[in-house]
Amino acid sequence: MTATPAMSPQPPAATTATFQLDGREVPFNEGQTIIQAALAAGRYIPHLCYHPEFKPHGSCKLCTVKVNGRPAASCTLPAQAGLVVESDTEELNGLRRTLVQMLFAEGNHFCPSCEKSGNCTLQALGYDLGVMTAGFRHFFPDRPVDASHPDILLDFNRCILCELCVRASCEVDGKCVFALSGRGQTKHLVVNAASGRLADTDADLADKAMEVCPVGVIIKKRVGFAQPIGQRRYDARPISAQALEDAPRPGAGSPGCAACEEGG
Amino acid sequence: MTIPEHFPEQVVEDALAAFSGRPENLLQMLIRIQAALGHVPVDVMARLAQALALPLARIRGVVGFYAFLSETPQGLYRVRFSDNITDRMQGGPALLEQMCRRLWLEPGHLSEDGLLTVDTTSCTGMCDQGPALLVNGLAIPRLDPARIDRISDLILARTPLADWPEALFQVDDNLRRRDRLLDHDLAPGDALRTALARGRTGDREAAANARSWREGMPGGQGPLATLEEIKHSNLRGRGGAGFTTGLKWEACRNAPGDARYVVCNADEGEPGTFKDRVLLASQADLLWEGMTVCAYVVGARQGFLYLRGEYLHLLQPLEASLARRRRAGLLGRDILGQAGFDFDITIHLGAGAYVCGEESALLESLEGKRGIPRNRPPYPVSHGYLQRPTVVNNVETFCAAALVARHGGDWYREAGTAKSSGTKLLSVAGDCSRPGIYEYPFGVTVAQVLADCGAEDAQAVQVSGPSGVCIGREGFGRRIAFEDLATAGAFTIFNSQRDMFLVARNYTRFFAHESCGFCTPCRVGTAMLKNIMDKIEAGHGTPYDLAEIEQLDRVLQTSAHCGLGHTACNPTLDTLKAFRPAYERRMTSLDFEPAFDLDGALAKARQMTGRDDAGAHLSLKDHP
Repeated sequence: MTATPAMSPQPPAATTATFQLDGREVPFNEGQTIIQAALAAGRYIPHLCYHPEFKPHGSCKLCTVKVNGRPAASCTLPAQAGLVVESDTEELNGLRRTLVQMLFAEGNHFCPSCEKSGNCTLQALGYDLGVMTAGFRHFFPDRPVDASHPDILLDFNRCILCELCVRASCEVDGKCVFALSGRGQTKHLVVNAASGRLADTDADLADKAMEVCPVGVIIKKRVGFAQPIGQRRYDARPISAQALEDAPRPGAGSPGCAACEEGG
Repeated sequence: MTIPEHFPEQVVEDALAAFSGRPENLLQMLIRIQAALGHVPVDVMARLAQALALPLARIRGVVGFYAFLSETPQGLYRVRFSDNITDRMQGGPALLEQMCRRLWLEPGHLSEDGLLTVDTTSCTGMCDQGPALLVNGLAIPRLDPARIDRISDLILARTPLADWPEALFQVDDNLRRRDRLLDHDLAPGDALRTALARGRTGDREAAANARSWREGMPGGQGPLATLEEIKHSNLRGRGGAGFTTGLKWEACRNAPGDARYVVCNADEGEPGTFKDRVLLASQADLLWEGMTVCAYVVGARQGFLYLRGEYLHLLQPLEASLARRRRAGLLGRDILGQAGFDFDITIHLGAGAYVCGEESALLESLEGKRGIPRNRPPYPVSHGYLQRPTVVNNVETFCAAALVARHGGDWYREAGTAKSSGTKLLSVAGDCSRPGIYEYPFGVTVAQVLADCGAEDAQAVQVSGPSGVCIGREGFGRRIAFEDLATAGAFTIFNSQRDMFLVARNYTRFFAHESCGFCTPCRVGTAMLKNIMDKIEAGHGTPYDLAEIEQLDRVLQTSAHCGLGHTACNPTLDTLKAFRPAYERRMTSLDFEPAFDLDGALAKARQMTGRDDAGAHLSLKDHP
């Protein structure tokens, strides 16, 4: 397998400032956050709600690192010269394991019957971080599905509230089909229609928002299990070995839109 | 009193007009609509979405975030009982039950006739005169069975709120001990006049910084002289974090940008604290004075008071006080005749969200959004309201700043300790004979406060509310000061009869209810913590559960997005340390106990069938 350009370290900029990540120098450009610089340099930091094409907002906290000894979300913290960053430590990986367990406990995740199994970021992170047990009591929330749209099914049972669809719909599609309502344990995804049904929005299968869900909430109808489980993306290699191959990782997030509410 | 027939077009148009149709005033419009209609119907949201060019889903998200807004009808009367531990100790839950029985309804559900809802809400800041409730947002303190009957009668008679007896809404200040803040001798405008005069007579050269009109006045150094006094006073923020006020003002003043803002955080939501309520009621002019001095120093033209929704009863008096100051030339254009010294203050209401007391969440809320704390850096001093340089200070901080502007930094430093200058207002409540507001110079011991307020049998004090610390008797020699017990002001006393486990459980529920849900650790962790405490309360707790609490604490401390999550485990950990027997006597097993309650799982079936006989119950012990 040949290395894509994104896998090899970026050529350093004219005047290269660096910070230290787990003992090795990482170059960065002005305006990059820690994770952006790390991924551009071919260094992996586990992450879930961060996506290179959208504005980072730092909600899942999986990318938490220690910066000069203090914990911080690496997706939102601007890189600075001379920072000493720890990421691949037992303490931080243990934290990430617990956060993944918490997300599994909070929603209704039944991997064996889930169409996203094998392509699911949450599941892949669970395997990669060594999550062996549920760890916590499950909440078993009552979350109805929305099957109103002719092409798209929304199964909120699996929603981890990462807001990637919210950001994609606002920042890329310019539609703002999704938003969040409620707070705490009542926080939930809503769609942009008075009826509350996806069918009454201008959502379209071709939207960016419909392809970014890291778990199995946004599901394309009539193609379920077309690709057999066992032959899917993370069935072959763990997420840490693949994360750097993703689409080009620009230096900074997209500019954002005026109507986007969270993540400043 | 009936729901207006002309619903809802006129109500929406009025709200849009009252807040100049600006999207950043969305929350204020929604609060107004909620008050007029009892809820915010979806077609009203659709009209707002169209008028403000916002996605409907986003407006729905704002309505869903704030506890005082609702998409579904809540009736003509929305009754909310304060659910703080002090209200509970004073008998709140029994009074809630009395009202529900009397009015024939279930808590949290609209009555059959659509007349009212009765529910609980987080601490309403009436701990010195609880138990308390809010009816359509207005506080009624000092509840007792007679008052509950009276209120129930008024509701059944559909008496308009305006015709309810005024005595019901009487809120006392309970000022018990005054020091240099509460005893000040300032008349409105005194601090401002001193600041302006100091600017003229300063002996240093005119400041080179010409960013605002105030710089470079002939022969003086303008507002820098007053900024120096604020810095010299070593005044630190009174909202809990304790950041040095002078440095905050200086950073805002020096931040690049054309517009600056002064924001007063009056979202006093920490359970057990009510000192800002009393300052707003009795010292409004001092607060406005402090905010105006700040505007003068940093070069701001617009100020906001973010008033928590629970203090709706203060809105009219505060608006009246602002109007008086405008008439007196202390607000508006050319303040005190100083050409170009323009500043005015707008009051924004909150709508039942504790997290909005966090300054960046407050700014989001002030911009009409969901109150989610922002990522920092950048900080509000450079990227605050509408991303402009903004000072956010607590009510008490601005009041103290006004005194410093008038009397100087040296005068202020006379009181307090080396690291904590000045005085602190404490909101004393709980098991004592004289609850109320006590102002002390920093450095006072807990024991002294307990003696002064008549708390003879205290076993614990919760200092600075659930996010602060719980200290037992061995800690009563400690001092209120930034270098020892830093506090935002709550001082809640528990006598030796109180079950400290129930105290911690109440606080844990509070955090779970108030978590904004933005970050995984807090959204899930506070709910898990609540579940564990409920499990222990139900008699199913084991040492495994205590270990899980410690694990959650580590996760929250390390990775939560803001202070709410960082401190959410404190009440449990503190009480576990000092009052472990309160937990242990609830534990039946030293080994694993399942949380699943077989009999409890049948509760819904029992409710649906109306059965509660022995045959409708299951027990693992009876049926091995």
